[in-house]
Formats: sequence, structure tokens, C-alpha cells
Amino acid sequence: MAVTQANSTPKQGIRGFMSANLFQNQGVLVFVVLIVVFLAGSIIFGSTFYSGYNITTMLVFNSMFAFISLGMTFVIITGGIDLSVSSVAVLTSMLAAWFSRFGLLPAIFVPVIVGTLIGLFNGWTISKLGILPFIATLVTFMAARGLALIMPKIFGIYLANLFPNVSWSWVDYVADYSIVIDRSQNFQAIIGNFLGLPIPVWLILIAYTLGAVLLQYTRFGRVTLAIGGNEEAARLMGLPVTVTKTLVYAMSGALAGLAGVILASRSGTALPTEAVGWELQAISAVVVGGTLLTGGKGSVVSTLIGVLLLGLIFNLLNFINVGGFSLTVYWQAVVRGAFLFIVVLLQSSWLRRNR
Amino acid sequence: MTTSDQASGISTTMRDDTRGLLGKARTYGILAVILILVIFNFFRIWNTISNTATFVESGTVQQEYIRSLNQALNVNLTQVATIVIVGVGMTLVIATGGIDLSVGAIMAIAGQIAPLIFLGSIGQRFGMGVTNTLAIIVPLIVSSAVGLFNGFMVTQLRFQPIIATLVVYIGGRGIAQVLTNGYLQVFRNPGFQYLALGRPLGIPTQVYIMFAVVILADLLVRRTSFGQYVLSIGGNERAARLAGVPVNRVKTAVYVISGFLCGIAGLIVVAINSASDANLNGLNIELDAIAAVAVGGTPLSGGIATIWGTLLGALFIQLARFTLISIGVPYEFALVVNAAIILTAVYLQRQRSS
Repeated sequence: MAVTQANSTPKQGIRGFMSANLFQNQGVLVFVVLIVVFLAGSIIFGSTFYSGYNITTMLVFNSMFAFISLGMTFVIITGGIDLSVSSVAVLTSMLAAWFSRFGLLPAIFVPVIVGTLIGLFNGWTISKLGILPFIATLVTFMAARGLALIMPKIFGIYLANLFPNVSWSWVDYVADYSIVIDRSQNFQAIIGNFLGLPIPVWLILIAYTLGAVLLQYTRFGRVTLAIGGNEEAARLMGLPVTVTKTLVYAMSGALAGLAGVILASRSGTALPTEAVGWELQAISAVVVGGTLLTGGKGSVVSTLIGVLLLGLIFNLLNFINVGGFSLTVYWQAVVRGAFLFIVVLLQSSWLRRNR
Repeated sequence: MTTSDQASGISTTMRDDTRGLLGKARTYGILAVILILVIFNFFRIWNTISNTATFVESGTVQQEYIRSLNQALNVNLTQVATIVIVGVGMTLVIATGGIDLSVGAIMAIAGQIAPLIFLGSIGQRFGMGVTNTLAIIVPLIVSSAVGLFNGFMVTQLRFQPIIATLVVYIGGRGIAQVLTNGYLQVFRNPGFQYLALGRPLGIPTQVYIMFAVVILADLLVRRTSFGQYVLSIGGNERAARLAGVPVNRVKTAVYVISGFLCGIAGLIVVAINSASDANLNGLNIELDAIAAVAVGGTPLSGGIATIWGTLLGALFIQLARFTLISIGVPYEFALVVNAAIILTAVYLQRQRSS
């Protein structure tokens, strides 16, 4: 194949270049699909779809998945998986709501630090104790959800008994186990606008730029890729496998913590039953972006495109209304499954053809 | 590395025999912990009964004690039965090196179809016996078909198992909900509900089903060539293929078995509740089942299948949870403690096997 391309006419040579460098990267392909879907949605549903309000809401909503998916990309590139992200996000959203009364900085940093610590614990059990990522993160998945459920009780009942002269009214533990954000501290400013775009969107742009640089141009990123390619070989080459793996899970935890902060500030209250199934949403986005679950390969930007495409399609599903028939949430679940099936099908046949 | 010492399934089973003593120590370790928990509960129940016995109107303290013990036993066995039935299928799938996230969704589908049959027009046309038979057989066929679809994706389309079953996990529960537009189906059907509420010889029916499934699967793994194929695929798939093992057929069959068992579990849940709720039927059971498999000593990397271990693992997790809650630990905190217990158990298993 390579020989015929080298001897071919310039026109074919350009086509060969296009197919080799442009379309072999699945991210570009998914990006084209993203644009097409966006244009189709704009034409079919008109201004209700491409209105600034709808797009902004969609972007802020999907920024939470974008944070989680960024961490998940790194974890999956090492050949692991992180199931704990949804529980970490819900636990940190409770913490964000609780610390919102102490000001903006504690409400952001405490959740991120706790997320990092849980991630470090994941990394420790996986790289030091040698427990498989699926089980290790399943354990923190259960534990973090349990902690999130018990938190209003701890703050509302136990601490209230210990410190009776402090007002605990903002922990609404009797009604629905939720923690209400203290609105006097202007915590919800972090989902406000900055230079015309919501702050979470800026954060996403910064995080993904840093992530892409980290993966492609730093020692840490190259070691991450090497671990996914062949962990034993990476270890024999003397690369810091244990440290890097631990840091990757810590990063995933920190980003899940950031998603938890946005979750709390979006809704104004933190509920321990939120964020169910986010880990699977993130895995879907990573897969749609073209990162293989076997590890060793992957792109940060492709994941962002995957997140946006999934978000856009699920947003479009809400607009479908043909002669009074609109898609219920149940049908939307079916369509989601079918969509993931088609994407993975195309991806695997694409890979087989290019091999 | 775990992959290198599982060079092939055959050598794995041989190695299992050579370190039988260690294998036994591992099994007996869990058994011992389960026994300790059981004895602890005996004393705990005796304590509560003897303290409150003055308020019991009928019978002696001893009779009341036996009644309470019987109740505690039934509660634990009933709750563990569905996890074990699903976990056995999961053990087989994991032994081939795969994983099945779709179990809860398949349970929801099966549980939603059964009431559709005996509440629908078929129920009026035929007698109750025929209808109830159909209400059990049709969901099992459908859930096996979903398992077949899983197997098709894994073997023919070459999806990674976690992604293939994730597709069904996301879409399957949606399908179950679409069947009734998300509504609950409430019913009263003693014939069908015998599946869960029946008490032959005083023991719930699903406990018999559970033991039957465990025994059959154990025979399947240890006494048939199919079982050897399963282990050899998990040990080293390429070597198994080269040795002439029908890899694709065996892997598909494993997912079909898992789907079939999920169908049984889904029917049991519906029969217990007298209602089919597609939102809750089998929700998060994949995590319970995988935890039971891991605690039971089947490594997630494949090549080994300990069916009885899965039963013990599920019993262990259930008993730990039951004990924690019954001594007054809040449910939410019990989740955290349970997570720590699972982590410890898996860590100890890993240490012994390496």
C-alpha cells in the first residue's frame, strides 16, 4: 500500500495524506459529525435550539461531564478505569454546599482536596496493593456514596448536639437529607458569566488545554501512555509507574471534586442521590472520542469532542416533537444505548479497516 | 504479573490442584468468618428475645427464639438469592476474562414482561396454568436473547465486554420502561408468586433455585469440557483458540447463561414485590454481584471460576451488612464499612494467590 502511494500521482498523494493524517484521527471525524449534528439541529429546530440560553445551559450542564471525562481519559489511557467518580462528585457537592457558608475559597478547595485524597486512595490500592482498578474504584464508589448519604446526619444531628449554640438550620437533614447552599456568600457566582461565557466553560477550556499539553508534551504524559501500552515494559525501563498511576487517579478524583462544586452551585442544594451513573456517561464520552479501553492510546481533545457530541445529541432529543409524539426519558435511554452501539460499531470497523 | 502465571487455563487448573491446601485455606477463611457472624447473630437474637420475652404473648421463650432465628435466616437467604443467581452468571463471564454490566437491565426487562403476559389478553384466553408457564418461559427466552446479543457484540463485532454490556446497561432499562411507559404493574398472582413466596419445607422457593443454580454451574465448570473451555479462554484466549477451543461459541454461551440467570433473578424480584418496577428492579446489582465474585476468590482477570466461592462471597457480604444494621449502625455508614470489608477481603485473596 505504502509503495503504491509513493508512486502515485500528486492528487492521489494528497488524498493519501488526507486519509492518513486527518481522518485516521477519530477525533476529527467525530468533530465533523458534531458540526453536522449542530447544523442539522439548528435547521430543524430553529432558534429555540441555537438560542444563547439553550447552548449556555447545555454547556454548563456538560461541563461537569467534561471534567470527569478528562480524568477518566487519563485513567483509561493507563489501562485502568475509575468507577468512583460519580460518588466522589456527589460527596464533594455536599462538601461544597456545607463549606459555602465559610466563603468561596473553602467551598471550592475543600471539595477538590477531598476528591484528590479519594483519588490518591484509589491510586494507592491499585498501584501499591495491586488490586484491580475495577474493584478498587468500586469500593470507593460504595464508600463515598455512603459518606455522602450520612453527611447531613453527621452535620445535622451529631455535630448539632455537640455544638448546640451554633445555628445548623442550613442542614436540612429532616426533610430530604440535603444540604442547602448559603446564598449570602455568593458561591453561585462560579457558574456566572465572564467575558460573555459561563465560568465553567472557561475552566473546561483551561483544563483541557492543560490536559492536552500534559499528555503530549510532558514526561508525566509520556509515562502515562507507556503504562497503558505495556506496564511491565514501562516498569523495566525504569519509568515511575507506581507514582504516575497514583497521580492519574488523584487527578481523576480532583476533577470529580471540581464537577461536584459545579453540581452544587448549579442546583443550590446538594442531594446525596444526585450524579447516578455519571461514571458510565464519562466512559461513553471517552469511548465516543476514540480512546481505546485497552489503554496506551488516546487523545484529550477527542474526549472533549465526545462529551460535546453526546451532550448535543441528548439535548436535541428533548426537542423532538413530531405530531405530539415526543421522546420520553425512557425512549431517550433506548436511543442513548443505540447511539453508543452505533458509535462503537463504526469505531471498531474503522479501526479494523485502517489496521 | 497475573497474566504471565495464567499462561493457559489447563496449567491454571493444575496449579490449583497443587496448591490445594492454600485454596482450601482461602475458602475456609471466608467460611470461618461467616460462621463467626452466624454465631454472633445467634447470641444477639437470643439476647434481644430474652430481654423482651415478657411481652411475648404466645409460646415460650424458646419457641419465640426459634421463630426469630427462622425469620433472620429467611431474610438473609431471600435477600442473597438474587445476588447469588446473578453472581453465578457473572462468575462464568468473568472466568472468560469478560464482564457483564447489563445484568440489572436484563432483570428489569424480564420482570416487566412477566406481568404483561398474565395481566394482558393472553391471561384471559388461556387457563392460569398455561399463562403462568408462559409468564416464566417468555421472559427467560427474552433475557437469554439479550444475553445472546451481548455475546454477539463481544464475539462477532469485537466490542470490549465492558462496552458491549454498557450498551445494554444504558438501553436495556429504557426498553423495560418503554414496555409499560414507565408505569408500575401491580398484581396478585399466587401461582406465579410461588416462585418467591412459596415455602416448600419452610424454606423460600428461591433458595432452592439458588442452590440448584450453584450446584449445576459448579458441575458445569468442573466436570464438563465446556467448563474447561471457559477457564482456558480466560487463561489465554489466543492459546485456547490455537488449541481448537470454539472460543466464540463458548463466549457467546457464557453471556447467554448470564442473561438467562438474570431473567430468573428478575422474575424472583417481581414475584417478591407483587409489582414490577423497571426503575428499581436489579438496580446496582451488577456491583453487588461483581463484589461477591471478587470476594469469593474469582480474579477479575479471568481463568479461574469458583462458583461456591461466589455463594460464600455473597453470603459474607450480606451477613456483614445484616449484622452491622441489626446492631444499630446506620444504613449509610454500613455502606462505608462494607466497602472496607470488601477491600480487605479482596486484598487478602490477592495476597494468597500471588
